[in-house]
Order: sequence, then structure tokens, then C-alpha cells
Amino acid sequence: MDTVAKPVALRPTFREMSSRRWESAKDFLKRLWRSPSARLGGLLVIITVSLSIAVPLLDDYDAKRDNNLSAKYKPPDCVYQWIAAKFSDTKEDDVAWNDVTCDYPFGTDINGRDIFRRVGHGMSVSLRAGVFSVAIALTVGSTIGLVAGFISGFLDSLLMRIMDIVLAFPSLLLAIALVSIFKEGGLEKGMFAIAVTQIPRYARLARSMSISIRNQEYVTAARSIGTGNGSMLLHHVLPNSLAPLIVQASLGLGTAVIETAALGFLGLGQRPPHPELGKMLAESQVGLASGKWWLMFFPGMTIIMIVLGFNLLGDGLRDVMDPRLKK
Amino acid sequence: MTQYFIRRLLESIPVLVGVSLLVFLLLHLIPGDPAVALLGERATPERIEEVRDQLGLNRPLYEQYFIWIGKALQGDFGETINGRIPVSKELRNRFPATIELAVTALIFAVVLGVPIGIISAIRRNSLIDTVSMFGALFGVSIPIFVLGLLLIFFVGVRLKLLPFIGRLDPDIELEKITGMYVVDSILTGNMKALKNALEHLVMPAFALSTIPLSIIARITRSAMLEVLNQDYIRTARAKGLRSYRVVMTHAFRNAMLPVITIIGLQLGALLSGAVLTETIFSWPGIGKWLFEAISRRDYPIIQATTLLIAVIYVAVNLGVDLLYALIDPRIRYSGAE
Repeated sequence: MDTVAKPVALRPTFREMSSRRWESAKDFLKRLWRSPSARLGGLLVIITVSLSIAVPLLDDYDAKRDNNLSAKYKPPDCVYQWIAAKFSDTKEDDVAWNDVTCDYPFGTDINGRDIFRRVGHGMSVSLRAGVFSVAIALTVGSTIGLVAGFISGFLDSLLMRIMDIVLAFPSLLLAIALVSIFKEGGLEKGMFAIAVTQIPRYARLARSMSISIRNQEYVTAARSIGTGNGSMLLHHVLPNSLAPLIVQASLGLGTAVIETAALGFLGLGQRPPHPELGKMLAESQVGLASGKWWLMFFPGMTIIMIVLGFNLLGDGLRDVMDPRLKK
Repeated sequence: MTQYFIRRLLESIPVLVGVSLLVFLLLHLIPGDPAVALLGERATPERIEEVRDQLGLNRPLYEQYFIWIGKALQGDFGETINGRIPVSKELRNRFPATIELAVTALIFAVVLGVPIGIISAIRRNSLIDTVSMFGALFGVSIPIFVLGLLLIFFVGVRLKLLPFIGRLDPDIELEKITGMYVVDSILTGNMKALKNALEHLVMPAFALSTIPLSIIARITRSAMLEVLNQDYIRTARAKGLRSYRVVMTHAFRNAMLPVITIIGLQLGALLSGAVLTETIFSWPGIGKWLFEAISRRDYPIIQATTLLIAVIYVAVNLGVDLLYALIDPRIRYSGAE
């Protein structure tokens, strides 16, 4: 005897929805984990991001008061001191493991400031600046792109021509030119300038997504039941164009961190004495010819670590989220 | 074909106008009186009035733009604020230095990047492929100024292999013809200067080339992989053609399109990267000049160099588009519809 079939719910319940979401999130992370570049990149990003959050919270650093001229240009001690002693030609340089001090693991600069500490704070500054500029560029750029692509017509042409003009400049050059306008303000103007130069990338990407989604059947279906433009953009176009935008944002973060540091290097970013990685590199040039390598080495490696992390993660994300782009 | 060329040329005009407008407005976006901002608070009223007059600040904005662009088109960018020398004269002195650096970097990038990409694609998932692709990712992740400083320290200071300041040792004499020292020394047959100029050129050019090199290698690899999967490659192999022949004449020629595009696009990266590279290696090109001008807020220099670089960038992109159409007939036909 057949039992009466239970009525099938047309709309999934909240519990079903959330469990479905959880399943797809788990599946996504699993696929991400399989990509070696995403694994390494994710690890680097987690390390750099958590350090950048932790350092300013745990260590109260007053850059204006930080100078200790008696400790000027001290080479790194700690592990480096021990290794250097082991490879030294003369026996007198040899130090026992117990005698190794750990006052300045990254050495000190011309003002006797601890580079380890300054790299920690500088990293936090660079990363924050990068995240802010990408956040601005992503928000503004994808809004422009999604609206332009969806509405099309005159507004679309106008916005895209403006984007063409911005894209006609090499990005760092435009950022430099924009920053040079303002005399006041350090890091903020750099963040703003970098955001402006990055907007077109997101706008173009979002526009192409928006155009391809506009003609999908589910959009026509939604329109036929009377969904308005705003609701359509928010509920259909935006969610379906997120994947490539997120991939672009991860890759864009690496660029933004490099460009923030480049502006700092050119003296257009964070004002002294506040630490910032690019600025520290610019200051390191003075000691380079006399062999003070640690001034440049540690801030440089930190930038590479941050950027490499985001680039690896972005590559991994692209492979997983958007297999079409994988070549 | 001609139709496509003309259409593409016309399309770039609004972009160029927009670019020039933006560069022009730079000066007017400065809060307050630009003349005071340029000269500083302590400037005499006479000097301020002189600069206002020189920059044409007393006229309506649109008139100022037309005067400025009219002069710029004739190669006249006014005088520098500090030193009051004609911008165009100094530009002529410095531009060859930047071109020499950028072109050498581009040669490095193509000569190394394309073969690396091809080999990685042929030996897909081999050790060579993994190492070079990680290297390429590392190459885009290492900022020019970090690499430059590392090179200066290890190659220049520690090993003392190469000089790292300027373009030529001060005691070496060279007759200047083009302003590109390598070319000049070949033209005059000055071997001593040639060797010295090349030694000075290697490190900055290499530092500048890493990003384009990495990108070219990655794009070449992916373009080659796509082509190598095509049926005609299988056919060519089945015919018994030698592997070298298949790769070079069948695969690479078809993979060349994206590679050419990306090479063109890298010129922008090279020109703005030159600002950093030239600053680090004290290379007297327009990049270093722009850097110095920014710290002195010398706007005629900033405007001239920015405009020049942007125009070159637009022109190169246009050239790449046209070249692309020349190589691939599909593009010009789809454009004509």
C-alpha cells in the first residue's frame, strides 16, 4: 500500500538553507585546501594579518620618543649572531649558545631604534593601508561596473570612457601625481590615490559580469515577476559576480601593498618618524654602502612575504572559484 | 582593414584629451593659490605674479587649458619653477636615459620570459615548470625597490661586481649623439665607454625587468598550454613532425597573440617602474626627475613627465591593438561589423 507522499516544501526552510550553505562552504574550503598555492598563500596571509592586528594591540609604540643613540647601527643578534659566529673565520668571534643575546633580533637603525619592533608596526600600517585602498576601490569600482553594465546606454559609455582615461596612466604614476597635489596628510592620501588607480579594474570586471548576467534566464524570470532594478542588482547580479571580484581583490591587495610601500619609499606616504615598510627601505639606503644590510633586508622580506601571500592566495582562489579563468 | 585602423585611431582621441585634461587639472586641484603653493609662503609678490602670469593663472580655466595644451603639443612645457630652465630642454636630455633603461629591461623580459614560458608549457608539471612558475610568482611579488636594494648590496657593495650609481664613470668621456650611451658608444666606436655603460645598465635593467619577465613567462606558458591541446598540434605530431618544429612553428606562432598584447601592456609598468629604479640607481632619466620634482613641488616638470608617459602608454596600446589586427584577421572582421 502506498503511503501518502508528504507535501514537498517549495521554499527551503531556514535550517535547510543554512545547512546547505555550510555544506557548500565546507566543500569550497576543501577544494581550496587541495591547491598548494592557496595553502601556502593562506598560511602567509593568516600570519601577516594576525601579526598586523596583534602587534599594535600588544605593543604600545610611541615613534616620536623612540631613539636610543647609544645603540646606533647594532647588527642583528639572536639567531643571526650565533650563525654568523659559526661561519666566522676567526675563533675569537665564536659565541656559545648561552651567550647569545636577543635584544635586537633585526638590529637597530641610525637612531638606535629596534628594527624588529618597527617592522612589526610598519607591517601593520602597510597592510591596513592596502586593505583600505582595495576596499574603497572594490566598493566604488564594482558599483560603477555593475550599474553601468546593467543599465547600459549613455551612462555606461560615459563611465567607461572615464575608466579608460584612468587606465591610460600607469597606476603607480597616477598615484604619484595624485599624491603630489596635497601637501598635508600622509598615509591617507596615498590610500586614496591607490584606490582611485585601482577602481577601473573592478569596474571593468563587474561590468562584464553584469552584462553577461543581464541576459540570463533567471534575470528575465525575476523581471517577469516584477523585480525592480535595485533589487535585481542586489539579489541577482551582485551575488553572481562576486567570485571574480574577490579573486581580483586578493590579487589587488598585493599590488596595493607594493604601491603603498612604493609611495612610502618615494617619501609620499607615512610621515617620519612613524614606521612604514617603504619608508624604512628608503632610510636604509644611507647605510647600504657601508654594509648595513639589516636595515634593508628585514623590511624588504616582510613586504615580499605579505605580497607573496596575497598573490598565492589569489591564484589559488581563482583556480577554485572560477575554473573558467584557469588556463 | 583601413577602416579598423581609422576607427581605432579616432577612439584614442577622447582618451588622450581626457588624459591631458587630468594632467592639466593636477595643478588646479592644489588647494589654495597654485602660485603660492609652488613658490612657498615667503615668495615675493612680484615673483608670485610672474609665476601666475607664466602659468596663465589669471585667465579663465578653459582658456588656460587650450593655451597649455597648444604649447604642449609644440613641445613647450614652460620653465621649471626651481632654476627656471625650459622643461623641454631638460626632457630631451633625460628621456633617452629612460628609454635606454626601459628598452633594455623589456629585452631582458622577452628574451628570458618567452623561453621560460615555452619550456614550462612543454614540460608541464615537471620540476622546471614548478620552479619557474613559483619564480614567476615571486617575481611579481618582489617590489622593484626591494630587489634593487638587494642587488646593490650583494652585487654592488659586497661582491663589487658592478657599479650601481649613474650611467657612466665620471672619468670616461663619450660623445653624445642619441643620448643613449650604449648606442652612442657603438656609433663612435668607443669600446671602453661601451663596456662601462653596459656595466652600469645591467643591474637597474634587471631590477626593472623582473615584473614584466614574470608576467610574460606566465602568459606565454598559459597561451602555449591552450594551443598545445588543439587538434592541429596532434595532427602535426601524428604527421611525424619533429617536436621542435611542432612547438616553434605550429604552437608558438598561434600562442603569440596574447604574448604580444602583454608585452605591450608591460611598457606602462616599465615606465612607472622607472621612477623607482632610477631613484635607487641614481639613473638620470625622467623617472628620477619626476621624483625630484615631486619633493620640490615643481609642477611643470610633474605635468610634462606624467603627460609624456601617459601618451606613450596610450600610443603603445594603440600600436599593440593595430598589430594584433594585422596578425589575426578575426579581430578586424569582428570590428568591422
